Amino acid sequence: MLIKSQTEIASHNVTDRKVFESRRQFIKAATALSASAILPNQAQAQAGKYANVTASPYSIAVAATDREDVTNYTNYYEFSTNKQDSTVLARALTTSPWSIEVSGETEKPGVYHLEDILKDNPVEERIYRFRCVEAWSMVVPWVGFPLGAMLKRFKPTSKAKFVQFTTLYNPDIMVGQRSHVLEWPYVEGLRMDEAMHPLTILATGMYGDALPNQNGAPLRLIVPWKYGFKSIKAIVKIEFTEAMPATAWNKSAPGEYGFYANVNPDVPHPRWSQSRERVLGSSLFTPKRATEKFNGYGEQVASLYSGMDLTQFF
Amino acid sequence: MPLTKQNWAAIKTVVFILCLTPFLSLLIDGVNDQLGANPIETLHFGFGDWALRFLCIDLALTPIKIITGQSWPIRFRRMLGLFAFFYASLHLLVFVVLDLSLSWAALVDEVPKSPYILAGLVTYLLLSPLAATSTKAMQKHLGRHWLTLHRLVYVAAITALIHYFWLVKKDYSQPLLYASVVTLLFVIRVINYYRKLTTLR
Repeated sequence: MLIKSQTEIASHNVTDRKVFESRRQFIKAATALSASAILPNQAQAQAGKYANVTASPYSIAVAATDREDVTNYTNYYEFSTNKQDSTVLARALTTSPWSIEVSGETEKPGVYHLEDILKDNPVEERIYRFRCVEAWSMVVPWVGFPLGAMLKRFKPTSKAKFVQFTTLYNPDIMVGQRSHVLEWPYVEGLRMDEAMHPLTILATGMYGDALPNQNGAPLRLIVPWKYGFKSIKAIVKIEFTEAMPATAWNKSAPGEYGFYANVNPDVPHPRWSQSRERVLGSSLFTPKRATEKFNGYGEQVASLYSGMDLTQFF
Repeated sequence: MPLTKQNWAAIKTVVFILCLTPFLSLLIDGVNDQLGANPIETLHFGFGDWALRFLCIDLALTPIKIITGQSWPIRFRRMLGLFAFFYASLHLLVFVVLDLSLSWAALVDEVPKSPYILAGLVTYLLLSPLAATSTKAMQKHLGRHWLTLHRLVYVAAITALIHYFWLVKKDYSQPLLYASVVTLLFVIRVINYYRKLTTLR
């Protein structure tokens, strides 16, 4: 087993409390400064599992949200609809060993061990803005690898038009799955060109360390120009399909959550505006930030949707 | 042994302080930076929850009187009703000052797109005249109209529930809980009303 569990971490690898706290102070001070003046990669230096990952040029030059906020404010309905409770409940999940079933329109179907996938896919740091459909956002230094590169290794056939992802189904551990708040297991999907886009990654870590359970360990999707619910957590199945996958939130409320779910300030949710977002970690008196189309990644991704009416395909 | 005026004054002071504790607790958390990742939401939802809770408690006083035959709960009606209005005011204040940052542009953009905000504003508009006419002097001044006016509280409870149902993303367990409580309290009143009618006959 290549993946080390928490207990196996040698004491010399654990950050000294003083170092950790001074780092937090540094980040806090840095956040208070003008964001443009900061080199975000330096602020993330840490002695975690991925302490020395290379920073990707796809990262944005914005200071990351306090890790404490990112790890205690998650929508993980498999555990709870409460954003704090999922932090505690998700501790029960064992993420190692972990395998992923690859199926559908592929020349290489099978069950793959996560550690084998990780051997073939070197990780890098991607600092992305994460915008939730609930109109809040944060900036997270994810650690992951491009989804496209991995998908290519599975040799999708010419019939593969979409990729469907499925979260683990285990109501014994994922206690939220005992209630019918959504149809379980959680399913998400991307069009093939969206999946192949260099911005789309599979994350295995964040803040230079392994992904905490509540943030989707051991493997989650990150599609930075889409609302957060597209970024499915704890993936156990990847299927290449010809038809558009029926996704969890879309099935639950088709009028409110579309398949595309691209961040778009011009298309309000039927029950609330998407023009602005509350930036987590900002002060009580900081106004909300104006939401950018495609979450600020328009230059890279807008062409994927040229000719499409985004009001219709929301 | 019947309680004296001084006894009741002391009890009311204790109840007053109890009613103030959710506010103080959120205030202390705020000062100590303990409101979580989204402090504005914590304050906003916290005050909203307590406004609805006090509205439910206030609406429970008459049913308690009906069931127990005791009239003492009615002594707290004005205070609890005003606390419901106090928390509703804080809820609205957090929305306007912190969430919208007093921006007219944000208000004009967000309110029409959010039917639940409209339901919340309607609730506040319904509660405001009740708070304004809560004094003994106003009660005397309005005479029998006072009671008619204060029946608006039933409408306010319903619009408050609509406000809650409309804003929830998917998990309706909380608004359903409050809706069950309000329904139960209404049913007790209705049953009592018809029982009175038949006794009068």
